[in-house]
Amino acid sequence: MHPLWLWFHKTGSPPMFYRLAGKLMPWFWALAVIIGVIGLYLGLVRAPADYLQGESARIMYIHVPSAWMSMFIFAFMAFCGALALIWHVKISEVLMISAAPIGMGFTVVTLITGSLWGRPTWGTYWEWDARMTSELVLLFLYFGVQGLYSAFDDRRKGARAAAILALIGLVNLPIIHYSVEWWNTLHQGSSIKLLSGKSTIHPSMLWPLLLMAIATKFWFVASLLHRARGDVLEMESGKDWVQQMLPGAAESADGKAP
Amino acid sequence: MRNGSARAAFVGLLARDGMGLWRRRGELLSPLMFAVMVATLFPLALGPEAARLSSVAGGVCWVIVLLAGQLSLDALFRSDAEDGSLDAMLVSGQSLYLLALAKILLHWLTTGLPLLLVAPAIALALGMPKFGVTTLMLALLLGTPQLSVLGACAAALTASLRRSGILLALIVLPLAVPVLIFGAGAVEAVLVGGQASQALLLLAAGAVLSLAFGPLVCASAMRMSAS
Repeated sequence: MHPLWLWFHKTGSPPMFYRLAGKLMPWFWALAVIIGVIGLYLGLVRAPADYLQGESARIMYIHVPSAWMSMFIFAFMAFCGALALIWHVKISEVLMISAAPIGMGFTVVTLITGSLWGRPTWGTYWEWDARMTSELVLLFLYFGVQGLYSAFDDRRKGARAAAILALIGLVNLPIIHYSVEWWNTLHQGSSIKLLSGKSTIHPSMLWPLLLMAIATKFWFVASLLHRARGDVLEMESGKDWVQQMLPGAAESADGKAP
Repeated sequence: MRNGSARAAFVGLLARDGMGLWRRRGELLSPLMFAVMVATLFPLALGPEAARLSSVAGGVCWVIVLLAGQLSLDALFRSDAEDGSLDAMLVSGQSLYLLALAKILLHWLTTGLPLLLVAPAIALALGMPKFGVTTLMLALLLGTPQLSVLGACAAALTASLRRSGILLALIVLPLAVPVLIFGAGAVEAVLVGGQASQALLLLAAGAVLSLAFGPLVCASAMRMSAS
């Protein structure tokens, strides 16, 4: 067997994954917090206030990285789902399902920060703007994947169903996005697009944004590993290696947790 | 092992399910009743002014069709998963793609087509100008098959659950957003004096793509539900 495949299968086995994830997790948490604190400091304190929008533009340093993550995590979920469907890799099922609530969280943060920013800038908390609407639809897609998974009693079957739905969702995301944009231009001409001039952003504002984008990635990985470890323990609660590590695990977790 | 031709399997499934539906033909009417009832609610909620109603007629028609189409979805694969027919389809050696296509066609014939035929009546009753009705029907003709494809995929995914409840709508409705936008957009475009061709062409593209690839997804969902 090719060494890479061997490594892949070894890492993908639940006990190995559990140990490796436990070792890596603190590093990812630490990196996420350190980079995040620096990014937030630069963004919220050091970067100049926007000459048009004033201090409220600082919401961007949380809003934009969250929006990136909300889409990135959906793609990640679909990717893991494809691995799960094609090669039946157990760990990729776990990773896919663990990613869903995190992606949902980032989507909610994006929507809330967006509407908080909209209040002083557009004068309203909610505008049927193309970006906000498609972000909302993305949230519904997350709900669908999560809801479908939790409706199944059989965890692995639920994961396969959710994987199929995640793949359908990924294919449809660009279609939904462009249709919403088309709808938006059809119905309200041009709305205020202050955020569209991203390329002309000043370096003092770009750096904190990039740092925050990196920090959210690390946060995602750390949080993903954290959740996936818990899931792996629950899934394998009847197996020997869990029994040796945590005696009595089988009684507390027979089947799926509520 | 494979018994009989693909065509026989396709027609056979269609005939069997069609017969089953015919025996419970009262149920076939429920999407239509639902559509007409919801259509009656709009004037009651918005007020009887003709101008206001006619301005929302196209969108209302589309939303009604979208919602009414959800009603019959749950039954599409449920009994097959319960009585083992789904497993029989899997081991029959027949192409699941064709069988999925038969299910989609069945849903369209029993839900999409009747809704398509009742929609003009609803639109005219709500005061849509007559010249918009042709576009509405054309848009529905291109849009409802896509809704059937999406619905069949969602129904196949949830077939082995005890009940799917709100889950089906939760899965289908976000994915149906583009169909709704282009479908309602086509009608709107004609009513304000523009061209519907752009939206209709996009709808047609969607119909071709979803009819080509949708049965594949539906088949893999059927496989998942049966295993």
